[in-house]
Amino acid sequence: MPTIEDYVARVEGTCGAEKDVIVVFKYDRKDEAIANILKKAKITNKIAGIIFELTFENFSFRLYTSGKAIFRSVKNREELNDLLAKLLL
Amino acid sequence: MDVQAIRQDFPILKRIINSNPLIYFDNAATTQKPRQVIDAIRNFYENHNANVHRAVHTLSLEATDLYEKSREKISKFINAKESSEIVFVRGTTEAINLAAYSWGLSNLGKGDEVLISLMEHHSNIVPWEITSKLKGFTIKYANVKADGTMDYDDFESKFSKKTRIACLSHVSNVTGIINDVKRIAKAAHDNGALMLVDGAQSVPHLAVDVQNLDMDFLAFSGHKMLGPTGIGVFYGKKELLEKMQPFQGGGEMIKEVAFSQGKGCSIIWNDLPWKFEAGTPNICGAIGLAEAVKYLQGIGMDNVQSHEKDLTKYAVGHMQECTKVTIHGPSDFSKKCGIVPFSVKDLSSHDVALICDNYGIMIRSGYHCAQPLHQVILKLNSSDRASFYIYNTREEVDRFVEVLKEIEQL
Repeated sequence: MPTIEDYVARVEGTCGAEKDVIVVFKYDRKDEAIANILKKAKITNKIAGIIFELTFENFSFRLYTSGKAIFRSVKNREELNDLLAKLLL
Repeated sequence: MDVQAIRQDFPILKRIINSNPLIYFDNAATTQKPRQVIDAIRNFYENHNANVHRAVHTLSLEATDLYEKSREKISKFINAKESSEIVFVRGTTEAINLAAYSWGLSNLGKGDEVLISLMEHHSNIVPWEITSKLKGFTIKYANVKADGTMDYDDFESKFSKKTRIACLSHVSNVTGIINDVKRIAKAAHDNGALMLVDGAQSVPHLAVDVQNLDMDFLAFSGHKMLGPTGIGVFYGKKELLEKMQPFQGGGEMIKEVAFSQGKGCSIIWNDLPWKFEAGTPNICGAIGLAEAVKYLQGIGMDNVQSHEKDLTKYAVGHMQECTKVTIHGPSDFSKKCGIVPFSVKDLSSHDVALICDNYGIMIRSGYHCAQPLHQVILKLNSSDRASFYIYNTREEVDRFVEVLKEIEQL
């Protein structure tokens, strides 16, 4: 059974008042992670083929083809893990 | 100054990131390393590696010679009176902690005041806040004007007979403004106080003369000036260092630890600067930093400053063509180093940095470890920061501005 850790290299809280969360996917699994997310989340905007603006349940986030995603309004790590499990697995 | 020739010395600049040539605009955070510095480190480990000072064998003598010659080179670079005024530390943060603990714990107490500007990096705020809790002294904060320049009148008005030390960054890591530290040093000395300067963003970018500027303490980092990480400098006037207690205890910083039954240990500190260098120092870091200094001296610090000024003026001029980009901080380039803080309307700083990253452009986002300046003065949740160094070019700025214009279309 794959786990979140199979896809996620690092989670970083951003510096600044916004308190966004950046998820960095493992380099060798990033394409798979991006494909899984794009299958499940709704694309609201696609920019230059490299940035996807997405919504999933009540969350909005941006996904970058470089293998990073920036999530807003995520309350805590538990909520993020729950969200990532739904999107990735 | 031949920027294209300089670029050839930096192997990392040949990297492709996210299918684009690397454009490195995060130099205020750390700089890239030239082959000369990398080779100096490799040469040390391949040919001279040993611990310094205590052993009598050939390798140790060679390592000691290289280490102490590095100190001399760095001493001349900032025009210290002598090399014993140069203490090797991990970086600016450790240097300021050394001042706050070693000097502060012995010289500050209830009724005393420490004067700090609101534009400081957290590393010039937090050590003083911690030690103020231990010793009960008061910290006063000097205002910064809305455009990010120092409010000198406010700073000077806050000196009193209780002020023991004034702490100010020579160059702001957020706005790039060059502060008149000589003026504040004079005000400090007129009031019987000392002057500590955070030189993390100045020593790498302009000629700094500690005697001319009359600094009592100066802190700076090697990795922001082409050197390795984990090495930095704490400069102090000899007469002050001599009176200060050691910051940390251990090997290297003692002359004698004599034990006698019933009396315990009697310890005699080592001479300057080793009194402040407990444990095995970062030997190859110091050697790498000296090589970085040699590299910068080869270019000339006036040329370094002039190149950055030109690039900053060029960048700001073109960034102003972007309708959704706001540039923060002062616009007087004569008083600025190569740092451009900015925001893009309706986008978080992290979004902008991530989009730039997708195009191979490395910029910084967030508070840049200067939350008070962002929140109180600039009224920003965070900002983006492009910062330049000797290897950056106008062509890179052009590409950066192109990407900003694409970002505006989001």
